[in-house]
Amino acid sequence: MNYHKYSNKTGFSFSYVMLALVVVFLFIPLFVVVFFSFNSAKGMQWEHASLVWYKTLIFDSPSLWAAFKNSLIIALTSSITATALGTLAAIGIKWYRFHGRSYITTVSYLPMVLPEVIIGISMLIFFSAVKVRLGMFTIYAAHTTFNLPFVFMMVGARLDEFDYSTVEAARDLGANERQTLTKVIIPSIVPAVLSGFLMCITMSLEDFVITFFVSGPGSGTLPLYVYSMIRYGVSPVINALSFVMILGTMVIAIIFRKFLKTVAASS
Amino acid sequence: MKGVEVNVERVSRSYGDFKALDDVSVKINKGEFFSLLGPSGCGKTTLLRIIAGFDYPDTGSVAFDNKDILPLPPDKRQSNTVFQTYALFPHLTVYENIAFPLRLRRVDKQTIESKVKEYVRLVQLEDHIYKKPSMLSGGQKQRVAIARALINEPRVLLLDEPLSALDAKLRQNLLVELDQIHDKVGITFIYVTHDQSEALSVSDRIAVMNKGKVLQIGTPYEIYEAPSTRFVAQFIGESNSFPCTVLSCEPYEEEYLIRVDVPALKGEVSVTDYEPQAIGASLDFTVRPEKVRISTNPPRTTAKELNTFKGIVDEPVYSGFQSKFYVKLEQEPSTQVKVFKQHTVFLEDGPDIEWKDTVYVSWTATDGYLVKDTDR
Repeated sequence: MNYHKYSNKTGFSFSYVMLALVVVFLFIPLFVVVFFSFNSAKGMQWEHASLVWYKTLIFDSPSLWAAFKNSLIIALTSSITATALGTLAAIGIKWYRFHGRSYITTVSYLPMVLPEVIIGISMLIFFSAVKVRLGMFTIYAAHTTFNLPFVFMMVGARLDEFDYSTVEAARDLGANERQTLTKVIIPSIVPAVLSGFLMCITMSLEDFVITFFVSGPGSGTLPLYVYSMIRYGVSPVINALSFVMILGTMVIAIIFRKFLKTVAASS
Repeated sequence: MKGVEVNVERVSRSYGDFKALDDVSVKINKGEFFSLLGPSGCGKTTLLRIIAGFDYPDTGSVAFDNKDILPLPPDKRQSNTVFQTYALFPHLTVYENIAFPLRLRRVDKQTIESKVKEYVRLVQLEDHIYKKPSMLSGGQKQRVAIARALINEPRVLLLDEPLSALDAKLRQNLLVELDQIHDKVGITFIYVTHDQSEALSVSDRIAVMNKGKVLQIGTPYEIYEAPSTRFVAQFIGESNSFPCTVLSCEPYEEEYLIRVDVPALKGEVSVTDYEPQAIGASLDFTVRPEKVRISTNPPRTTAKELNTFKGIVDEPVYSGFQSKFYVKLEQEPSTQVKVFKQHTVFLEDGPDIEWKDTVYVSWTATDGYLVKDTDR
């Protein structure tokens, strides 16, 4: 009957239970990984605290760092390409009226809903059909493809709530089409473009399935490398790497949140 | 005069089957504060957008000072627009918003600075120039929009319901300010609104529109006191309006005294008109509620120019400076006559007319008028 009263009295309601469960299932595994990254022993028995695996990670894992470098290069290049293409596509679809607009919109969401395996296989078939050697370029192309709809969608959503009369106002005040684009439309969609870009970076960095199909010799990304390491037993170096990556993503997320807040406050 | 004469001739615009504008002609004088007034969907905004260059007519012409402007894009016309939704650029400060048109034209920095200062002063926003639009109130946003539209020194300012998103009190203040700005800059203002009191209080002339047609163009006084059609009479202000048939028509001083039969009042009414009416013609008889007198005693004169009906107060509505009475007529209880009574004297002992009182409502023939019921 009176839900508010009930939950206030007990202080222990369904939502608290759910919160606790989420915290347990999401974060306990992470804590385990972090905890054992400081273990001196190789196995799952605690010996004593040590930074030996961090030392190995930093000074004695050249192929891991090579894979990480590949990942970064691909993440940056594919995200920049996808962001540029996706933003322009979203603006074009909203700005111009032409035949087949709605079909393009629908089709462009496909990479987002299709299973990754199917995208991976179809790309592999496509690349071998047109005889492109598998390697960094094919990974870059694949990542650009699956990142594009996210930018398209996020920028499109921002443009949907965009007050079109500001475009008319710009034209009315003397701006031509190009000036309207560069001085009015693009500045006001910057937050969406940036979030789209960051989304691309994270998606590209973490992608395994599609990359697995389209990578060639020497072009493995970090997720592929970690996977190959695990096949020969879980090395505590991976625990150390996990903690470094958790810290790294947290720092990026915090910086980005602060940045987005200032951008949002100014718009 | 810095303003321009705007000549809209025989403009029509359809969206599919919907006729937004149907053969509209309006001539707006130099420097005039001209209002386009009508309910939503009457075509007033379409006409404004055609003048601004955001829309194009199917037929007809629009000219500024006899120069055809239809081939010009919006940025090449000597008009600027103030939008209903303000349309400020969210990523720019107040200063940058107002400076936007000047920066596009690559005006030098000093000129920009002094001109922006000038227009910021005009709209009284001196304290807010470095704020972003999201930090401003609705009224302040609209001031920015007005300053931004004026800084290009257009010859026509187009205002598309600029005050409709603001609350009533602020709307009144800004309206008065708008009128003062109009006096200062001296250019032609074309003001679109659905609010008759806004239009009446600031306009030099008003065009009342409905269903894509201009029904009447005139000064606020003419529109209110002498509406030409039934729609205008009912849209502007409040009125008692009933269908009637002409019984007789005779000269009366410089006008004509017309007797009409009003079925809704179950009686005959005397009314004057500047034009003679044919006997048997179907018209609408109208009288404004504030011109009807209400009293508990019958009026002393029984001259034929005075129309008197007896009734019972069905609903008195006291609102401080005036009271509204809805009077149910004795001979036709399904008809209500609206009467507004100004409280010019101190009501020490409470209202002198109360609910269920038997009253007499009366008005002279010159206060009523006849309108064509063409809109029906």
